Amino acid sequence: MEKTKLMVAALENGTVIDHIPADKVFDVVNLLNIQNMSTPVTIGANLSSRKMGRKGIIKIADRYFTDEEVNKLSVIVPNIVLTTIHDYDVTEKRHITMPDEIHNIVRCPNPKCITNHEPMHTTFDVIDKDNGTLRCRYCNKEIRKEDIRLL
Amino acid sequence: MSVRKESLISLEELTKDKILYLLEQAEKFEAEPNRRILEGVVVATLFFEPSTRTRLSFETAANRLGARVIGFSDAATTSSTKGESLKDTIMMVSNYADVIIMRHYLEGAARYASEVSPVPIINAGDGANQHPSQTMLDLYSIRKTQGRLDDLDITLVGDLKYGRTVHSMLTAMRHFSSRFRFIAPAELEMPQEYKEYCCANHIAYTESSEFSYDVINGSDIIYMTRVQKERFTNLMEYESVKDSFILRNQMLKNARPNLRILHPLPRVNEIDQDVDSNPAAYYFQQAKNGLYVREALICHSLGIDI
Ligand SMILES: [Zn+2]
Repeated sequence: MEKTKLMVAALENGTVIDHIPADKVFDVVNLLNIQNMSTPVTIGANLSSRKMGRKGIIKIADRYFTDEEVNKLSVIVPNIVLTTIHDYDVTEKRHITMPDEIHNIVRCPNPKCITNHEPMHTTFDVIDKDNGTLRCRYCNKEIRKEDIRLL
Repeated sequence: MSVRKESLISLEELTKDKILYLLEQAEKFEAEPNRRILEGVVVATLFFEPSTRTRLSFETAANRLGARVIGFSDAATTSSTKGESLKDTIMMVSNYADVIIMRHYLEGAARYASEVSPVPIINAGDGANQHPSQTMLDLYSIRKTQGRLDDLDITLVGDLKYGRTVHSMLTAMRHFSSRFRFIAPAELEMPQEYKEYCCANHIAYTESSEFSYDVINGSDIIYMTRVQKERFTNLMEYESVKDSFILRNQMLKNARPNLRILHPLPRVNEIDQDVDSNPAAYYFQQAKNGLYVREALICHSLGIDI
């Protein structure tokens, strides 16, 4: 825990993404396109956590994320903690949870679903937040967490 | 005419009161099917996938109400084969029609159409997903022959895995306290998600792979569906079960007097021809009830009560 605080404190301006499940750290990197950022980035993987056993943490200088990016994160890695920092001060700390409804982020895996054939948005209802199960608003197929693919 | 737009996409969105209201409206149409209350109304039937039976039923309903019908019966004759989007087709047709009845091979097509359309959409089947007018006529047939939808023993037989009609029936029957039996070969048994749905909605059920005399004699309704060879991954199993889910007249000799046999049609051989003359055979009348139900659905979509 001390170590985490140090990493946060060291950031003048930027965002800290904490409590990332250990096996999802590089999914977050890909999702936010962190590998192509030019600002300083610290990626911590397999850090010990009292609550999670092992976890990941990513610290990005001079970068804040849009609601759209945060929504995407909430689908792939629900239950992370997002901290924004201005002038060494924590200005916001958000526990990101899966929303009730996911709009235009996830692709429906059903090849016969209308959403895969029309130029239209997808919408999923989150029917089980604990297990991350979604249901397509259009074809009614259920998707398990491990089968979720982004658009 | 000014209309209240009310699409019908899925049974899931209908309340118990709405279902009962629609069934009562259909009863009035059965008493008098020819009512020229839609004079001046244009009904479009857009069948992106052919289904002669369903289309004729809807078009007859529209005609008996005095409406004019436009549309197509096969996507091959429409511009969607030239790459026109569903949205564009719906927008174009809604310039001409007051209500659109559509069947589509893609799942969720009707819901999407209802979101973009300025006129109401009636879903006449969207792939393996929903076919609410079929479910409504099934409910109508059960209620008409038994006098109620509660406290009945309803047996669903055949392909319960892929059978869209049996899944929709469970959705609609969540409002009523009847008991179900699921009778299917192991490969085609009721999917887990529907059994969970039954538990969550307090729908009592038992299941078996034996279409036995006990099952038949304990039923008020037997709803037969077709067991299709192409649904089996194991053809050995198909060969061993294909004759076990056929209803024959002699199997009905100790059935309850109020038993009625339903089938969404078309049948192949799952109900033997010798059942047709048994008073329990109700599948042709069931199909006819579709007309009254569809008259009720079309009027309801346009905000018209009778
Ligand atoms: Zn879908």
